[in-house]
Amino acid sequence: MIKDFEYFAPKTLKEALTLLDKYQDEGKIICGGQSLLILMRQGLVAPKYLIDIKGLSELNYIKDAKEGLRLGATTTHRAIEKSPLIQKKYSVLAEMERRLASIQTRNWGSIGGNVCHGDPAGDPAPVLMALNATLTTTSLKGERNMAVEDFCLDYFETALKPGELLTEIQIPAVPPRTGTAYTKFNVIESDLATVGVAVSVTLGSGDGVCQEVRIALGASAPTPMRAKKAEAVLKGKKLTDNLLAEAGEVASTEAEPISDIYASAEYRRELVKVLVRRVAKEALARAKA
Amino acid sequence: MKKELKLTVNGQPYELYVNPKTLLVQVLRDHIGLTGSKRGCNDSSCGACTVVLNGMAVKSCSILAMQANGAEVLTVEGLADGAKLHPLQKAFLDHGAFQCGFCTSGMLMASRALLEENPKPTKEQIKEGIDGNICRCTGYNSIIRAVTAVVKGEYKEAK
Repeated sequence: MIKDFEYFAPKTLKEALTLLDKYQDEGKIICGGQSLLILMRQGLVAPKYLIDIKGLSELNYIKDAKEGLRLGATTTHRAIEKSPLIQKKYSVLAEMERRLASIQTRNWGSIGGNVCHGDPAGDPAPVLMALNATLTTTSLKGERNMAVEDFCLDYFETALKPGELLTEIQIPAVPPRTGTAYTKFNVIESDLATVGVAVSVTLGSGDGVCQEVRIALGASAPTPMRAKKAEAVLKGKKLTDNLLAEAGEVASTEAEPISDIYASAEYRRELVKVLVRRVAKEALARAKA
Repeated sequence: MKKELKLTVNGQPYELYVNPKTLLVQVLRDHIGLTGSKRGCNDSSCGACTVVLNGMAVKSCSILAMQANGAEVLTVEGLADGAKLHPLQKAFLDHGAFQCGFCTSGMLMASRALLEENPKPTKEQIKEGIDGNICRCTGYNSIIRAVTAVVKGEYKEAK
């Protein structure tokens, strides 16, 4: 049963931040609520004051800027999935969204809410990490910017301070000869990832050597994580199938998975090994295309 | 403390006072009395509570009623035009696209939203359109056949 709370639907960001500042730890932001309402129903989260930003149109946008893509925090998953701009220039984001939960959930849930939920099995965070995204948080005191990996602190825990709101996600323009791919393993199509893997590969001009690589794992540790040792295996090398397999092996030792009803830790390590290899191969093919 | 909630359901405007923790499915079923939308899993898994909100399929168990303030909601009760069934309803009947019937209203609303968005979906797209809806009798094939029949135009005259 959901506990009683006082409800606010601010009309502007300023109003929302003022409420958050006033109620600090006792206040909680809701946007689509597709994750939060489940926790509230289970009594795991029981805010005294619920601040609803679903109607904040000033945070609902997809903007194509010179330096990259800017997503307002209340933008729905479905808007991202169906955006022709994103399908063309950041297709991996649209592909990820298509596999996130069900159409109903994507219609109402927001990208910002998903990231703030801090579930290590969420789909967006690993993809945002692979795309080298930055998050902007805002409070009455001003703004802070941080990488996604610095935002995800622990199991369901983020770097958001009381009074702070995630307002924007920035994705830098994709460099030339870059390919990014994502997949997750799950048993039921609309479920969370048992393990999710996103990889971005940038090749050098002419030589085909891997200049930059980012490997991000979902549901493989208390937070979505970069597999930096696996990245080191690939960086500066000409990528062969053997090397990609080695990166998978290294990533599986780097991961810190848990056992739960979906899979054992051992099985998850095996999934990391296989999926890193496969997804890196797909990213490489896209970088070459 | 109760809050004022104004919304339109199946074309009919309503003005209610609700506790803000009330879910949309509760307002539809318990306050307005439209029990077509089912409260199944109550945690966004089963889709039996699917309604169309401002043109989008959503799970009404996972939305605070206050978030539908000012919105237009279509429930299964609003599908038929008086005594004239919606093509999807006719097709579901003809193809036996339900057994126990618990998932039917959700399936109909998810299919309705799909066809509004994409009148000519492929079989894969139909499957994707209802993948947030669970049929515990596992009657998926007949549901897909029914939607396919509507897509093929077999129920045009019923419009």
